[in-house]
Amino acid sequence: METTLVENLPEVTAAGVLIKAVIIMAVISAIAGFGTYIERKVLAFMQRRLGPMHVGPYGLLQLAADGIKLFTKEDIVPQNANKFIFMIAPIITAATAFIALSAVPVFPDFTIPEFIPLLGGTFVPSIAADLNIGILFVLGMMAAGLYGPLLAGMSQANKWGIIGAARTAVQFLSYEVVTGLSILAPIMIVGSLSFVDFNNAQSAGIGSWLIWQQPVAFVLFLIAGFAETNRTPFDLLEHEAEVVSGYATEYAGMRWGMFFIGEYANMITVSIIAAIVFLGGYSEGTLGWLTIILKVGFFFFLMLWVRASWPHVRPDQLMWLCWKVLMPIALINILITALVILV
Amino acid sequence: MSLEQFKNRNVGTQNYKTLDLGETPTSGLDRFKQVAKRTFKRELFVGLYVTMREMINALFRGNMHTVKYPFEKLPISPRYRAIHDMLRLLESGHYRCIGCGLCEKICISNCITMDTRYDENQRKEVSEYTINFGRCIFCGYCAEVCPELAIVHGPRYENASEQRASFSLFEDMLTPIDQLNLQQEYDGFGAVSPNADDNIKKTPLAY
Repeated sequence: METTLVENLPEVTAAGVLIKAVIIMAVISAIAGFGTYIERKVLAFMQRRLGPMHVGPYGLLQLAADGIKLFTKEDIVPQNANKFIFMIAPIITAATAFIALSAVPVFPDFTIPEFIPLLGGTFVPSIAADLNIGILFVLGMMAAGLYGPLLAGMSQANKWGIIGAARTAVQFLSYEVVTGLSILAPIMIVGSLSFVDFNNAQSAGIGSWLIWQQPVAFVLFLIAGFAETNRTPFDLLEHEAEVVSGYATEYAGMRWGMFFIGEYANMITVSIIAAIVFLGGYSEGTLGWLTIILKVGFFFFLMLWVRASWPHVRPDQLMWLCWKVLMPIALINILITALVILV
Repeated sequence: MSLEQFKNRNVGTQNYKTLDLGETPTSGLDRFKQVAKRTFKRELFVGLYVTMREMINALFRGNMHTVKYPFEKLPISPRYRAIHDMLRLLESGHYRCIGCGLCEKICISNCITMDTRYDENQRKEVSEYTINFGRCIFCGYCAEVCPELAIVHGPRYENASEQRASFSLFEDMLTPIDQLNLQQEYDGFGAVSPNADDNIKKTPLAY
């Protein structure tokens, strides 16, 4: 699907996409690591604590300390585990999280200045892969990411891991329907699956944001997004008080760290989708990109805020909520949207 | 409220109220109604409000709970029985101990050892005074029995050292002569802590 925005821009070359991929990898994994610091700080403040304070000013270098610790830890594979699957499971989580990010717009597009040798003049697009089915691809990739916890839990020969894997399946079966159906109504209004089209459809200011037309879909998508990223009301997979650490029980060192990076990258992806689909996304120029960073930051903060405030639900409650409450509401929402579009 | 109401501990005779929690829903529709009611009663948002309020209180109104321990310390009660201090007379700077030996006699774990002699002015002086902190149970009898308020319990409660002798010699427990102006008078047993007013609360029964 051709869009007006793409026609005005320079040609996207393979080098530009590669550079973009490297930028996404580097910056998002750094932000994902930094997210752990923000999470610890915000949770601490909400409990009137100080959080990490001793490594660097205000504990800013805690991330480096944690990274060194994770990298230098021994890579333990349990005795009866299925070694191959045990070792690739964290890679699935981290990789799918980053692959999902390849189809969402992260950072503005720019052209590398001419005076830089070799790469001078290369145009770096804002979306690494500007698919016309972007939303479908991102949701599919994030769903595929659930294979990470599932395989990790089943391969590690640990009862907590097995329970964690079973809960992964439960959660996956529950939220995925709601995610798809809730985002279907905005898709019907815009008539496209491309993020760029969504962005253009809402470019006329706050009044044109889809959240005003689709408040129900927005709430449903947020709830499903929390389940998709294993955030607190639905953190069944690794709830410490019940299943030790769930699917991550036997993991240590960098393999455990990869689960974490994947989880935080997923949080960022869900925040970006919510910001673009419902809150108007970005606009041109630095200021326009600042707005989407603020929106993504708000959703990220909301996830931490909710974690500090709310208890989590049981697996059966999650299934009940998703299948018997949220899915009918999503269907009714789609029906009403369709009627409004027809009439 | 009169005092008798608080003293009555016979469960069942008081005027207790049971909370109205409603009935546990059994059918699916009732359960859905409960979820809808709880959602739209804004209970979840009250939870969000509480954490946000605490965060703002902690960050901007100085309500942070953390005490950065090695750098900040909470005031301890004057009744606290930590490592002993030997005090000096404020007028002359001479140590207060008159070598009477009462503390050595009363010590129930036999950890105080002292020896005295007459100096050239026929005054009694303490030639040797040690407390074995491996045996001391910090009962506080020595400070209570001392007629001169010479041996008291000081504020040093961080009992980590390379050797016990760091705490136990007379000279180490004695107020340094150049810090005589900083010497704290011992309030004695039964004294209230400096922040006693802040610590006063209603007893839980009064709520």
